[in-house]
Amino acid sequence: MSEQVLPLAASTAHHDGPRPATFSWERAGIYAFLLVAALFFLLPIYTMVSTSLKTMAEVRATNVLMPPLAPTIEAWGAAWSQACTGLDCGGVQVGFLNSLKIVVPVVVLSILVGALNGYVLSFWRFRGANLVFTVLMFGAFIPLQMVLYPLVRLWSSLGLYGSLPGLIAVHVIFGLPVVTLMYRNFYAGLPIEIFKAARVDGAGFWRIFWSIFVPMSAPITIVVVIWQTTGAWNDYILGLTFGGRENAPMTVQLNNIIASQTGERQFNVEMAATMLTAMVPLLVYMVSGRWFVRGITAGAVKG
Amino acid sequence: MKNLSAKIALAPTALVALVVFVGCIAWTVGLSFTGSRSIPEFSFVGFEQYVALFGSPRWLVSLRNMAIFGIGFVGGCLVLGYLLAIFIDQKVRAESALRTIFLYPYALSYIVTGFAWQWFLNPQLGLQKFMQDLGWTDFTFRLLIDRNLAIYTIVAAAIWHGAGLVMALVLAGLRGIDEDIWKAINIEGIPKWRAYLSIILPMLGPSFATCILLLAFGVIRNYDLVVAMTGGGPGSATEVPAKFVMDYLFERQNVGLASAGATILILTVVAVAAPIWYARHWQTRRAASASKG
Repeated sequence: MSEQVLPLAASTAHHDGPRPATFSWERAGIYAFLLVAALFFLLPIYTMVSTSLKTMAEVRATNVLMPPLAPTIEAWGAAWSQACTGLDCGGVQVGFLNSLKIVVPVVVLSILVGALNGYVLSFWRFRGANLVFTVLMFGAFIPLQMVLYPLVRLWSSLGLYGSLPGLIAVHVIFGLPVVTLMYRNFYAGLPIEIFKAARVDGAGFWRIFWSIFVPMSAPITIVVVIWQTTGAWNDYILGLTFGGRENAPMTVQLNNIIASQTGERQFNVEMAATMLTAMVPLLVYMVSGRWFVRGITAGAVKG
Repeated sequence: MKNLSAKIALAPTALVALVVFVGCIAWTVGLSFTGSRSIPEFSFVGFEQYVALFGSPRWLVSLRNMAIFGIGFVGGCLVLGYLLAIFIDQKVRAESALRTIFLYPYALSYIVTGFAWQWFLNPQLGLQKFMQDLGWTDFTFRLLIDRNLAIYTIVAAAIWHGAGLVMALVLAGLRGIDEDIWKAINIEGIPKWRAYLSIILPMLGPSFATCILLLAFGVIRNYDLVVAMTGGGPGSATEVPAKFVMDYLFERQNVGLASAGATILILTVVAVAAPIWYARHWQTRRAASASKG
């Protein structure tokens, strides 16, 4: 996310279309607004990147808006493998691995359960199915705090509290409403004749699912992967509540690192650690492009 | 039994939905009527926790902050997002780069967003120091450490995070508007700004409803951003209800009071969601009947 080269106002002059062919104040104004807006969106991240590339001596001597004079990745190395949470000095790599251990199973399980749910809710209507769907959609609107305490009690009585499987299960459960909705809407958009023909041929519930609908689900599965990867990676509250010390995800560890700084604060290391925490969702965003937006839209069309 | 496999396949989800989304909510509501401290007790105390809740200055500050945050954040995102979408829709160059820049904060966690803004506004580090280094030595920019202003910095950070979402959804809506409408606007000689305000805006109703719905839940759930940016401080100037509930559940060991707070939160959700839901439902039905007729 370094600076993007933005077009200057005058460079639009040779566009085609109904716009004036020469410099116009209106076009200049449009580009001026967009440029200022782009600066607003880029500045905080620029601040972090540039500071993370400085030494502490340079951080003290200059300010955050100055580019680093002699860029060094020293702070990034320290953040990755030496930053401390209290007495633990393993760097954010600990949290990174924990987040990986959480996110990968969460994504896989969400896909399996969500696709199956969507398939049932689109093609196998039976009494009660709609009720399940309604309750599930209600679940999409619940603030986590509403169910957190009972769930903690329930999880401890099941021996799941503070364990990795317990944390994964919680993520899958809270992701279920939106993921189910995504698959349901996707399957509902397919021609019903596909399903009817398979039924006429005598294929059963599971066979139709595995041989016909699973292979057709790639587009929506990509959306779900993006949605759940960024969602689970960026989670803080579930990791904090259900992860315990052992399984703290990267966001929780980052907060602990920054909150437990004593003495002179190592701003360059803190910002490098923050950038490292942001890296996976940023990468997903950059690579996925329009699919990311599609995920927001698919997740947004509730009810 | 008919559809047995399908019923078995849906059973785990049905169980989870029942236990977590119905059972746990009922449990929390139930707890709010007990005198539970660190562990659940079954001593019925009526509405005592609610009385205590609304007698607590910290809860009242939290509610006030949620109102400020809600209006500022939702309003700010809608205005900035709509402006960005309009300007991007003027057949500009580098459209996809600009869209990428405006939307990327939405991919970041609130924890990262909070720290980025905290540093950006940090007096020893950020904007203030920059202005002073430029020679403007009197420049003070103490938003984050000013009790009355700190909540607005959280609003600003949240707008930074969420405006791109509105831009993306509204831009999709703008692209779906019929060319003939624009031809008619041109023929009538209506100024562009006027057209965007009184003709196009009402047509984007459904897109905006979706945005408001998504942003409104961000308001009620707002917790991580406050934790990372101010930790609720200075003092309790930036406390929010979601954080109040978390603190009383796990640190201050007052489950009854926290449950009362959580119950108020879900009533807020219902109050926000019901009218929007109803309006959208009504709009869809009207659209469906219009396309039939």
